Amino acid sequence: MAEVKEVKKSEPLFSKKNKGLITDPLNDSNPITVQVLGICSALAITVQLKPAVVMSISVLAVMAIGNVVISLLRNMIPSRIRIIVQLVVVASLVILVNEVLQAFAYDVSKELSVFVGLIITNCIIMGRFEAFALANKPWKSLLDGIGNAFGYAWILIAVAFFRELLGSGTLWGIQVIPNSWYIDNGGFYSNNGFFLFPPMALIVVGIIIWIQRNKNTKLIED
Amino acid sequence: MQDLINLFVKSIFVENMIFAYFLGMCSYLAVSKTVKTAVGLGAAVIFVLIVTVPVNWLLENYVLREGALAWLGPEYAAMDLSFLSFILFIAVIASIVQLVEMIVEKFAPALYGALGIFLPLIAVNCSILGGALFMQQKDFGTIVEAGTYGLGSGVGWFLAIVAIAAIREKIRYSNVPPALRGLGITFIVTGLMGIAFMSFMGIKL
Repeated sequence: MAEVKEVKKSEPLFSKKNKGLITDPLNDSNPITVQVLGICSALAITVQLKPAVVMSISVLAVMAIGNVVISLLRNMIPSRIRIIVQLVVVASLVILVNEVLQAFAYDVSKELSVFVGLIITNCIIMGRFEAFALANKPWKSLLDGIGNAFGYAWILIAVAFFRELLGSGTLWGIQVIPNSWYIDNGGFYSNNGFFLFPPMALIVVGIIIWIQRNKNTKLIED
Repeated sequence: MQDLINLFVKSIFVENMIFAYFLGMCSYLAVSKTVKTAVGLGAAVIFVLIVTVPVNWLLENYVLREGALAWLGPEYAAMDLSFLSFILFIAVIASIVQLVEMIVEKFAPALYGALGIFLPLIAVNCSILGGALFMQQKDFGTIVEAGTYGLGSGVGWFLAIVAIAAIREKIRYSNVPPALRGLGITFIVTGLMGIAFMSFMGIKL
């Protein structure tokens, strides 16, 4: 999360336009619900909050650094081979993230398994490289990367919150629903095991999209 | 032989790339507006998976894994290059996609015209890299198994995208709540299809 602190320190660099780069992806141009990017690796790791948060931080790191690197190289990359160059930059960053995770959060990295590797082909990263970093200066690209990563993160964390709460009655691994509520203990409640299955993630995202577009009517498709 | 058929069926239905792992969702959602384009992209994905999974299997077993370099001589036997697997796999995939694009352009211009834009997109389709990484995790014994797994995952992806495209063509005539139109309803339908595919989960092969 070092990048975030950096931004806060250099406040004068925030023009209104630069602020928009961070706030737009949270709602109006959200990478998941509007741009339809980065769904691939996002949904399978939202059974619990913890992997979702770790995944969000990993994507934040890769996107922020990757956007800056691509933006610095943007005048040197021949357009014919730009996809390979972009993939190499992302892949090296993801290897770093993977090694760090294995060193400091081994359990979570086991849980995420191949999905850390799949950050490489996470369309959100390639999409922002193509659409933004290749045409803009490093500082703006950094903000764009951070903004989009946060837009991605809040959807991920929202989905994980509901799936963990309704599916296993816990949050961050801590029991939230009182034990005495469960039918086994003479109560009235039982967990909806369905939320642990992958298809429910899609339906939860569908409902988030529904609510978001009800509030933000300009996003409605015809 | 029976093992191969089991693996093939399992990778199509039980471990479907879309409904069980959500891999390749971006292009699945973006290119499923009509059945015709969906068939084109699905066929291209099958093809690329058949080629890249065996090639990456060779890399995994002769370059990357611990002791894989033993064929170079005993002093290399202890090398473990597996931390390089992401970068090598993705390089292989990107170059094979580029190669396939050039070959198709040269020898089958009609097919190239039909697939055109989708071919380069495949390099960043998560199901391709996912196929390679699952292949690494499943630790297949022979290249034939790896190829069968690639084919099966490709066919599973193809079935999924064609099915959702057909449903979306029909949904256009339905009265969906305005805020759900387009993306929202597609997510929910995919979720329901995923629940249907869960019925395969009990099958042990």
